[in-house]
Amino acid sequence: MLNPYSDGSGGEVLQITNLIMRYDQPGGGSLAVLDIPEFSIGTGEQLAMVGQSGGGKTTLLHLIAGLLAPTSGSIKLAGVELSTLSEQGRDRCRAANVGYVFQTFNLLPAFTALENVQLGMAFGQRPVDTARAKDLLDRVGLSDRMTYKPRQLSVGQQQRVAIARALACKPKLLLADEPTANVDPASADSVLDLIINSCRDEDIALLMVTHAMEVTERFSRVDRLDEINRVLLATQSEN
Amino acid sequence: MWLIRIAWRNFQYRALSSLLTTLSLTLGVALVVLVLAVVGIVSEAFSRNAQVGYNLVVGPKGSALQLTLNSVYYLSQPIENLPFTEYMEFFDKDTRAKMVRTYGGDPALGERAGKYSAHTNGGFAIPLALGDYLGEYRVVGTTPQFFEDLRYGPELTEPFSFREGRALKSYTEENSFFEAVLGFRVAKTMNLKVGDTFNSTHGDPEGMGHGQGFVVVGVMEPTGTPNDRVALVNLEGFYLLEKHAKPLNGDEVIAPATEGIVDAKGFKQITIPEREVTSILIRSGNPMLGVVLQNTINESLRAQAAAPAGEITKLMDAFIGPVLTALLVITLITCVVAAVGVLVAIYNSMNDRRRDIAVMRALGARRDSVTAIILAESLLIAVIGAVAGWLLAHGTIWLASGVIEQQVGIQVGIFSVSEYETWVFPLVIMLALFAGFLPAMSAYRTNVATNLSA
Repeated sequence: MLNPYSDGSGGEVLQITNLIMRYDQPGGGSLAVLDIPEFSIGTGEQLAMVGQSGGGKTTLLHLIAGLLAPTSGSIKLAGVELSTLSEQGRDRCRAANVGYVFQTFNLLPAFTALENVQLGMAFGQRPVDTARAKDLLDRVGLSDRMTYKPRQLSVGQQQRVAIARALACKPKLLLADEPTANVDPASADSVLDLIINSCRDEDIALLMVTHAMEVTERFSRVDRLDEINRVLLATQSEN
Repeated sequence: MWLIRIAWRNFQYRALSSLLTTLSLTLGVALVVLVLAVVGIVSEAFSRNAQVGYNLVVGPKGSALQLTLNSVYYLSQPIENLPFTEYMEFFDKDTRAKMVRTYGGDPALGERAGKYSAHTNGGFAIPLALGDYLGEYRVVGTTPQFFEDLRYGPELTEPFSFREGRALKSYTEENSFFEAVLGFRVAKTMNLKVGDTFNSTHGDPEGMGHGQGFVVVGVMEPTGTPNDRVALVNLEGFYLLEKHAKPLNGDEVIAPATEGIVDAKGFKQITIPEREVTSILIRSGNPMLGVVLQNTINESLRAQAAAPAGEITKLMDAFIGPVLTALLVITLITCVVAAVGVLVAIYNSMNDRRRDIAVMRALGARRDSVTAIILAESLLIAVIGAVAGWLLAHGTIWLASGVIEQQVGIQVGIFSVSEYETWVFPLVIMLALFAGFLPAMSAYRTNVATNLSA
């Protein structure tokens, strides 16, 4: 099925230009969080974004996913300018193009592992593909845990279900927000492998934000948020 | 489909809370359905009993409702009595003349047609004489015509049938004038069967017992009408009990009976001046002209005519209707309270599920999708509660159906639906939508970024 929320050009999956994000403050005025003149990710490209806690990494992911609207600037996701879309349009665009892996997995506790993966497809334009959901769980090594609820799974297993869920809708871009932060070191490696290899296999661009330097060793492209975000650059020069 | 599936999973995940909320709604719906059923049964019982094949009850001047209650329902006290001659006004000249020859009385009575006889031509006039009791039940004197002309049932087509025995006869060799037919409940309660004899008491249930007894010749099948709780005796026998004949003044013109019956013990029918009736059940020959007959009788000096259906409608509107309405309103309030319970249960759980909602939004769910999920959950509780409540109520009605049929003669099946019952389901759905609205709005407004980061 043709994705209406993609230009189908196959060039850059994400293109950010002059992105500014400010938050209103309770006492009046606003706080600048992000000011990124230029940033892009190519189709199938894998990128680690490093930055300190509170540096705006998660905000950037939310903006890319269309969960937040920027104060100004342009975000083109799969060739579609998000600012031209309504909130519903951004929701549809996200469902069609973005997979999201969270630091805290965020599996829905009422649902089985299989249903959690199916949920990754439930809100998109395409019908839920149960065969793909099962295949993904098989690929993450949980074919024998499909009917398990999250609380019946180990932390590592929960993150693997979350990865399968993020891949379920065949996104163009996978956003991973410190996906290894809450798993033990042994599981962290396998989680990392799984994300990187799955994205490579399915030609999915990957943007993984992290503050763990050991994670960045697995990526050929590593961007530092404090080098592309002029808000942080200004703060550093003031210091 | 997935929205409903998600709602169902949420329902299951908070099983205890969901079940308790659903239970409260179930009980609310069951109460409403039961009250509606009771309203339906009471209304049906009243209206059915008010239509037993006659359209007017004629009695002495007084309260029309009292006349209806004592003659149709065998409740309340009789007002007074009417002279037998008033009853004779419903018959043609020949019949009146025969009455004079049979009972003895003023020959002039048989020389003219009754003034209402034109109205009852093609209909009937059945006399009732009240005043005696068998235990707590009324003993009513009447004629065999009661069984020949009256019908009951929804279409007023069913003649009285007998569990045992037969209908009354005017006179038989073996029982003379002293035969009785018992309503189903009377026979059961008083433990009487065909062949048994009973002595009625005069004036009230604790009154003096008459020396002369009546032989039970028939026990009726249940009819669901007041006739289930009455002992019908031969009017001639009723007159022959002590203190039942009206004392004569001495100035009456009485030609002796020439065609009367004298039994082996010397009992013979009393004369017309000694006879009185408590009321007369009238079916006019042309039911459309019943109102004309009613007005004509009401213009007379001694008698009044009441339309039972109208009187019962007035009674329902004045007393029973408001009580039933109040009962219904109270049960509807319990439904509203149950719906508030749904609101509170879902709203209280919203804090726990904001993260889930934010995750679903991050997976591409639109605001209206998460709103719909919450509404669907509320609807699920409503649908399950409504269906369970309906089944509970109808199961209860079905379990009680035997008693209901025995008491009021109305057959109710497990799927008998009362008049307004079909409104219960949409009403509960509406309540559920209202109950789910506030939590759904809370879901709609959930801040995704904040809750994903929490």
